[in-house]
Amino acid sequence: MNKFIHILEISGLTWFVPLARLAAGESPKEQLRQLWLVMGIPIVAFSVFLLLWAQLSSQVVTSLGTIPGPTAVYTQAANLWQDHKYQREKSSSFYERQKARNAKYEDQGKTEKIKWRDYTGSPTYFDQIWTSIKTVFMGFLIATFVAVPLGILCGLSTTFNSAMNPIIQLFKPVSPLAWLPIVTMIVSATYVTADNSWFSKSFLNSAITVTLCSLWPTLINTALGVSSIDKDLMNVGKVLQLGWFTKVTKLVLPSSLPLIFTGLRLSLGVGWMVLIAAEMLAQNPGLGKFVWDEFQNGSSNSLGRIMVAVLTIGIIGFLLDRIMFTLQNLFTFGDKR
Amino acid sequence: MLSALLIATTASNVIAEELKLEKDELTFGFIKLTDMAPLAIAYEQGFFEDEGLFVTLEAQANWKVLLDGVIDGNLDGAHMLAGQPLGATIGYGTKAHIVTAFSMDLNGNGITVSNEIWKQMKPNIPVKNGKPVHPISAEALKPVVEKYKSQGKPFNMGMVFPVSTHNYELRYWLAAGGIEPGYYGPGSSGTVGQISADTLLSVTPPPQMPATMEAGTIYGYCVGEPWNQQAVFKGIGVPVITDYEIWKNNPEKVFGVSSDWAEKYPNTHLAVVKALIRAAQWLDEKNNVNRKAAVKILSQPNYVGADAEVIANSMTGTFEYEKGDVREVPDFNVFFRYYATYPFYSDAIWYLTQMRRWGQISEDKPDNWYHDIAKKVYKPDVYMKAAKMLVTEGKVKKEDFPFGTDGYREPQKEFIDNMSFDGKKPNEYLAQFPIGLKSGETVSATGVVKK
Repeated sequence: MNKFIHILEISGLTWFVPLARLAAGESPKEQLRQLWLVMGIPIVAFSVFLLLWAQLSSQVVTSLGTIPGPTAVYTQAANLWQDHKYQREKSSSFYERQKARNAKYEDQGKTEKIKWRDYTGSPTYFDQIWTSIKTVFMGFLIATFVAVPLGILCGLSTTFNSAMNPIIQLFKPVSPLAWLPIVTMIVSATYVTADNSWFSKSFLNSAITVTLCSLWPTLINTALGVSSIDKDLMNVGKVLQLGWFTKVTKLVLPSSLPLIFTGLRLSLGVGWMVLIAAEMLAQNPGLGKFVWDEFQNGSSNSLGRIMVAVLTIGIIGFLLDRIMFTLQNLFTFGDKR
Repeated sequence: MLSALLIATTASNVIAEELKLEKDELTFGFIKLTDMAPLAIAYEQGFFEDEGLFVTLEAQANWKVLLDGVIDGNLDGAHMLAGQPLGATIGYGTKAHIVTAFSMDLNGNGITVSNEIWKQMKPNIPVKNGKPVHPISAEALKPVVEKYKSQGKPFNMGMVFPVSTHNYELRYWLAAGGIEPGYYGPGSSGTVGQISADTLLSVTPPPQMPATMEAGTIYGYCVGEPWNQQAVFKGIGVPVITDYEIWKNNPEKVFGVSSDWAEKYPNTHLAVVKALIRAAQWLDEKNNVNRKAAVKILSQPNYVGADAEVIANSMTGTFEYEKGDVREVPDFNVFFRYYATYPFYSDAIWYLTQMRRWGQISEDKPDNWYHDIAKKVYKPDVYMKAAKMLVTEGKVKKEDFPFGTDGYREPQKEFIDNMSFDGKKPNEYLAQFPIGLKSGETVSATGVVKK
């Protein structure tokens, strides 16, 4: 049982800890109080928020109708799901038609006419979500591969740190949207796409913009984590005459992991925020483009759909944070190094 | 809601005697306007697929981006303003040789003024049975413009692009009512076409027209649907005239590709035109029976995306002027009737004459120059080849196509100012207008320079 509770705690599902303890029969009164604290109050608060939203939204009238309330948003979410299914049906019927056509050519012996082509319909809402998630991970991975080594170097060497410092201070506050035109130009000039390229240009543009903004929290936190290692540990390393590489892997990394993970969590959050803005501005595929397109369409469903997107962005951001939190707990073993 | 949209896309299994396609995966650009319909229909009804084409349709941010996309090859072709291929080919704005073998539609625009201006105009408009007599001439607007001028206030109006149909229609209507819409020439007021103007015309993107008028930045505008009806719905303005009343059945959009593209992929070009002809026919057949279905398709977020009822207003043959004053305009959007899709040289020449009339073409040009440019840009032979193939396949009727034409429409007389336009004599046509550049005249930064 304790093991199970431990897993719940590590994965951040603290909501269910009291339930598990209840099931195990630990002091029911205490556990119920806990349950009310971790589960009851948030649920009540959220219900109040929904009620207020429903009440207030109908008061604001825009040229696209009133601000959508919870029910309108739910309807639009259902609509988007319908849209998605409809597009999928269209796509599968396209592939069936293609199969039939090609089979006919096969029969007629006109093999040179057989072509297999991808469906060219517009991406659905769920495709856009998936695109955004892929993009943010790509950007985040690149950022991690750049920032962690740099951060370790900064933390180990004061010289290197003073060399990097002005650059970090200069570029950290720059908005992603300022980078975007430059990134777009550079990618267009240097990255030549062919039919079998791994990534499209728009994907790279968004991902690199994410990288440039989510680099900094990881870099700074890693440097901080490495430079604040217990001096005794480092001295032990000296006594044992460990090589530089062994020192980094055996001493530096394990002891600075908690801070590195704090940096990574911040980075992913920033990256997700930046990505939506970048997609909106550059009209690159993803949730940001979806929001902008709906805004341009100006139909009576548009506001509801944008609201669905806003909630989706929030939920995904929250989930990403949870994932990072779990990983952090898995890798850092609390205080027992 | 969407299940109703599931119009079975019955891509007919009769595959035409196929052309050897040089390229079968294509990307076309469009702007979110009702008249991109032929592209959406060709895709949704499977006409592209019938020709063995796999097409992606991409909405573009504005006309400039769209044209650049076609020039640098990101787009294989696009839904364009009729003036764009002509303007690009003669080097007005961006220089590039663009050709068209397919006209997309006739009519479809309107001129709207704000409530304030309408209130001042209305006393000058004759009334019959309690309703304003149509078509409303710009003469009713003239006293209003003069009042603003005498008070030293600029009278601003909006249109969508320097070489757009809307720009020429708005200028035509103003000039027909005795108002100087301004000339293009050297200098900063020359590039925006405001030299010696009574009304200052400037560019505003279509979707922003109503908001810009509401903010008081412009007092009126000329734009395609649904942005005129939107002003009525929002109660911020009144459409005073449709372009159908300015020039009956005027050509509006074309399907443009770059000249190099057309040379490199001749069969692909033919196949695209075939699919588009069938789409246009579908849109108009049996007295517009398919328009409702078309409206549903266009209201999808990846095409026009506006509400179906707003798009339906003009697509189904009615037009609302003043609130409650709904009139029948059955030909407000024409996609196929009256040989709408054939690229007539005379249509190209009308646009060129207007470019000359307002100074976008700075020097006089002889008649044969107009004919040469029209032949350089408009490619009716490609269109006719495609039409012949469709007739052979039994997909269209022979009488729907102007077989045997020399590419010039009969002289057209149905203009608001009762002028007549003979495409064979552009300079003679230009000489008729009281307002506009005459032969030998040029524009300087201060005004028109006589010979």
